[in-house]
Amino acid sequence: MSSAEELRRRTRELLAALPPASTDRLDFLRARFDAGLAWVHYPEGLGGLGAPRSLQAVVDAELEAAGAPDNDSRRNGIGLGMAAPTILKYGTEEQKRRFLRPLWTGEEVWCQLFSEPGAGSDLAALGTRAVRQDDGDWVVNGQKVWTSGAHNSRWAILIARTDPDVPKHAGITYFVCDMTDPGVEVRPLRQITGEAEFNEVFLTDVRIPDSRRLGEIGDGWRVAQTTLNNERVAIGGMRLPREGGMIGPAARTWRERPELRTHDLHQRLLKLWVESEVARLTAERLRQQLVAGQPGPEGAGMKLAFARLNQEISGLEVELLGEEGLSYDDWTMRRPELVDFTGREAGYRYLRSKGNSIEGGTTEVLLNIVAERVLGLPAEPRTDKDVAWKDLTR
Amino acid sequence: MSAQPDLLYSEEEEALRAAVRDLLADHCDAPGVIARTESGAPHDRAAWKALADGMGLAGLLVPESLGGQGATHREAAVVLEELGRAVAPVPYLTSAVVATEALLAFPHSRLRSSGGTPIADELLGELASGRRIGALAVALNVAPGGAYKAVRHEGGALRGEVTGVADAGAADVLLVPADDGGLYAVDATAATVTPQVSLDLTRPLATVTLDGATGHLLGDAEPAVRRALRAGAGLLASEQSGLAEWTLTETVRYLKERKQFNRPVGGFQALKHRLAQLWLEVVNLRAAARNAADALSTGEDADVAVAVAQAFAAPVAVHAAEEALQLHGGIGMTWEHPVHLYLKRAKADSIAYGTAGAHREALAALVDLQAP
Repeated sequence: MSSAEELRRRTRELLAALPPASTDRLDFLRARFDAGLAWVHYPEGLGGLGAPRSLQAVVDAELEAAGAPDNDSRRNGIGLGMAAPTILKYGTEEQKRRFLRPLWTGEEVWCQLFSEPGAGSDLAALGTRAVRQDDGDWVVNGQKVWTSGAHNSRWAILIARTDPDVPKHAGITYFVCDMTDPGVEVRPLRQITGEAEFNEVFLTDVRIPDSRRLGEIGDGWRVAQTTLNNERVAIGGMRLPREGGMIGPAARTWRERPELRTHDLHQRLLKLWVESEVARLTAERLRQQLVAGQPGPEGAGMKLAFARLNQEISGLEVELLGEEGLSYDDWTMRRPELVDFTGREAGYRYLRSKGNSIEGGTTEVLLNIVAERVLGLPAEPRTDKDVAWKDLTR
Repeated sequence: MSAQPDLLYSEEEEALRAAVRDLLADHCDAPGVIARTESGAPHDRAAWKALADGMGLAGLLVPESLGGQGATHREAAVVLEELGRAVAPVPYLTSAVVATEALLAFPHSRLRSSGGTPIADELLGELASGRRIGALAVALNVAPGGAYKAVRHEGGALRGEVTGVADAGAADVLLVPADDGGLYAVDATAATVTPQVSLDLTRPLATVTLDGATGHLLGDAEPAVRRALRAGAGLLASEQSGLAEWTLTETVRYLKERKQFNRPVGGFQALKHRLAQLWLEVVNLRAAARNAADALSTGEDADVAVAVAQAFAAPVAVHAAEEALQLHGGIGMTWEHPVHLYLKRAKADSIAYGTAGAHREALAALVDLQAP
């Protein structure tokens, strides 16, 4: 059931039964899911056919050639990239059937309620409390932060403290939170760019039935690792053409605006161009290793490299622009649905890329991870390992 | 840029790596390499014989019809990674890559030696077998496409002096550019080769002096020298990659062992972060070097790939060696510890076949990022 030919045949059957030109977009997406052609590596009945992940490209190519609608995956990146693999791995059959189909079609967008004002790099110290009620439900109180898309989301993946009397990693449980619950309040969090990509989410007596717990009570940290590992895969798995990243707009400005060139900027631009090209090759090498079934540890490094490059290149670009670099395109407070690094001007890129070395693991934490897991250097001394969460210093 | 470069190592390439590493473990241990640097014979002839004669590796770039292995730059790059890891004092890059590439520029040499074989082909066969060692008489610092010194060609004889020729002291045949635009093959016995006191003790330089020597004209020097230096620059990145990997691995190993303040020094975050940054640079260098080797073997996008690799490799290899020295503390400053061999090689490599700046300048034209 996993040959490319078989998948091609099934895709054509779907297209014949529901010609994209005359089929409602959502009807088509639902039918595609039911045909197992949504994500072919998922199990049968859950949008897949248990086929190798690499064969998805066969399906996608057929559908694209036929002009079929896609599920606009960028709109639900957290749902597709993080919530779905976690639900697949830890969800009950009922949870998988309830959540995966509308998640994949985009009918239900997901967000992530992990970070807190007091738990950033030390996520496991989180303090949002979930307390078990007599009827078995949970009541959640606390504050989450840096939640992208919270205002558009139907569901959230949530980790909360269910046992404060054990060490921090042991007392966490993973839930699916209904974002329409009256106790959920979403407030935009304005960033240095002027806009609000992210939100603060205040949870006040939010009731979560036990049937929306994902994994065992107290096992939330382990469940969250699946989510976070998938985040890093998503960040590291990009395939870029030459000048495909942040260097592209800077190089274009250089070519189109000879009057802005100086010798100092030329040397710095060339150096960053070389580093961008090498980072691109490193990412490509990583991708080839994954395809060949020899995953290397390089993935941990790619985010570090791109964060620094994005920051240095956009900083150079602002400087290159001279007088124009003193202007900014727009400080208006907005809540964008998508982050677009290249759709705006250099000043925006400069400011937004400052977050690249903070979001998804700070550069400092990632360097620790590389040092310890890749190089095998001694771990940081732990003073919190055997201390009950409630007794930690805050 | 149409096809994606193959940036991995094949199983055969990994087997080749293992074989070369074994050989070098037997021949080029650090104390031996250090002792040799001050002996009268800075090149390790036994290691060279084992690599060239025993394994046939000097002929990787030479077609089988001429007595070589008919392999590609990808395999030669793997050999160079290992040679860099061991700072092995053998003339592999200079003879089996640079001099060989210069000779490969003359596929239809019309001048024949007594045996009737075109002379470039005959020399290629000799270099491939390791029976003779070749050196291009161009200073090691010259970048592909850069200006180089030509000796005078007067009345059938060559006169002049070329300084900074790497591994000339080990060479049997010198490939000498002359002021008539020709490249001449000169027997080393017809030249005076004077060793220079070199920064890099494991790739010693020499001055080549010609005082009326005769040589065989091979053909036009310019395209042959350019081709040779491009291959040298591109594959040097693999040597730098191997060198940088050794310094990182050895420093990490040492810092897990070395204890101060009642803990392994490698547990201090300030040092962990430096080593993690270095690891990232080394991983990037491997991709850049692999890309250059692959591009040289396919001919696709080779100018850009080589310039990118060399613009990136030199600062990384130097940084790796400098970090290794600093993080080893006092022991790293001793003559006895091998880290200085790697620092000297890395620093010399940062000038060899063009500095990073020279390669960035080349890129400016290649990718249309012109100077003001």
